[in-house]
Amino acid sequence: MRIVTENLSYVYSEKSKELAVQALNNISLTIEEGEFFGIIGQTGSGKSTFVQHLNGLIKVGKDKGSIVIGDFNLTDKKCDFKSLRAKVGMVFQYPEYQLFAETVKDDVAFGIKNFFPALSEKETEEMVKTAITLVGLDYEIVKDKSPFDLSGGQKRRVAIAGVIVTRPEILVLDEPVAGLDPQGKREFTELLKNLHKTTVKTIVIVSHDMNFVSENCTRVAVFSHGELYAEGSPKEIFSDFTRLKELGLDLPVTAYLTEKLSETGIKVESDITTDGFSDAFAAAYIENKEKRRREE
Amino acid sequence: MALLTAENVCFSYDKKGDVIKNVTLEVNEGEYIAVIGHNGSGKSTLAKLFNALLKPDEGTVTVDGFSSSDKKNLYEIRKRVGVVFQNPDNQLIASIVEDDVAFGPENLGVKREEIKERIDFALKAVGMEKYLKSTPSRLSGGQKQRIAIAGVLALKPKILVLDESTAMLDPQGRKEVLEVVKNLNKEQNVTVITITHYMEEVVDADRVYVIDGGKIEATGTPAEIFKDRALLERTGLELPLAAKIADKLISRGVPLKDGILTREQLAEALCAL
Repeated sequence: MRIVTENLSYVYSEKSKELAVQALNNISLTIEEGEFFGIIGQTGSGKSTFVQHLNGLIKVGKDKGSIVIGDFNLTDKKCDFKSLRAKVGMVFQYPEYQLFAETVKDDVAFGIKNFFPALSEKETEEMVKTAITLVGLDYEIVKDKSPFDLSGGQKRRVAIAGVIVTRPEILVLDEPVAGLDPQGKREFTELLKNLHKTTVKTIVIVSHDMNFVSENCTRVAVFSHGELYAEGSPKEIFSDFTRLKELGLDLPVTAYLTEKLSETGIKVESDITTDGFSDAFAAAYIENKEKRRREE
Repeated sequence: MALLTAENVCFSYDKKGDVIKNVTLEVNEGEYIAVIGHNGSGKSTLAKLFNALLKPDEGTVTVDGFSSSDKKNLYEIRKRVGVVFQNPDNQLIASIVEDDVAFGPENLGVKREEIKERIDFALKAVGMEKYLKSTPSRLSGGQKQRIAIAGVLALKPKILVLDESTAMLDPQGRKEVLEVVKNLNKEQNVTVITITHYMEEVVDADRVYVIDGGKIEATGTPAEIFKDRALLERTGLELPLAAKIADKLISRGVPLKDGILTREQLAEALCAL
């Protein structure tokens, strides 16, 4: 399923002259099936408002543009939002706060009971088991535990299981690694990559972590004051130091190094992942050394 | 004598498993200390033991000569140790910035004129003096956290404890708060204990304590701690990203010296090759 938004706008408290805030302004953005798509921008730039549109949590207003996701036209009054939400899973910041049931099993099963009430107990259990296994937890060990007795990283996994259990094609995550410790973050990143390979087709992720974005995303959109400021590969997006600084955004470490090196006349061409950068720099260094030796 | 000492401190919430096991440490006046460890390692519990929100089951925590085991000292300890927690929304209580910052000193019975001075000092120290009459709920996360810090500073603490105080902020907000804290440490000689799992925040500390399973696993300068790869592995921590990239470059034959921790250091080293 491809995501196409055209001229999407949204105003909070539109009816009040004093409180009205233009959160989104004419966003036209296409996210292809299969992408690991990053959305960056300062707090208040409209990122979260945008992603909340993608499963109809915020409805497209009259004359506020359009969103089409696969066969779903979200602007259409007859759009089947329930089916859409089974296809577009949404994981919010601190997803562990969304846990509520008495056991892990029940919590994860909630989505199925909601979206596919016709399924038998047995089928439901199979799906729950698959989802819990997919997020890297042992079903037999955790199924009857209270989600509140798990560690922070485990809770977050259970919350994700509760979203992927309906087999969404698109997974939307709003700042999912905030608050995790280094190991938790590492494991969570691996989990997302794995889900992208095996389970969900498209991942759309809102993140403040520029290093995460440059390392993992296929494409990036930059939001600023409710507008789509730029879109492109991480390399393209992070090549303009001054522009990003104006937007209050930082550079990934690799892009920072590329920038500093180019200031001293050393060009390093890479995809700005840490491995890509290291390969390119090492190659340039060795070539340069050879050259110098030949000259001597 | 050290400003804050913990001696053989043990603590548990339910008297079953110890959350803090036999912790001994010292913090001197004017130091910038980082306490690092993964989620659940006991670092937040330690923060609460530092300002007597919790009392050790065994051992003693002493602040400026006052032991937290003696109930009479709580007041003196909390005057000296201010804690800023993770979520600024949970710490701001008044509807106007000025009132919020005044809350602490008012409770201590500080005189009206002095409160005014303290508010001015505290808001200036965090760069928020323009927001005296603002509503906290209308500020950004970084601004709110700076107000929370101002509220603590108005008590004129000797020690500022930051318990994951930047975890919920965006990069901009995090930078704002860190700069304020560094300035307080350098210019006002406020002793800082920052509890964090952002490795990038550790590199500026004078000294680091690594905590794991409620025990102090290691202590040293950031350079010493990050040199010990086995320790990081064992305690679920990691190198700052710049150090990781330096490692990758070294393994690819680029001759870099040990001990690179920040992106500035790495950029300088690479440009000099």
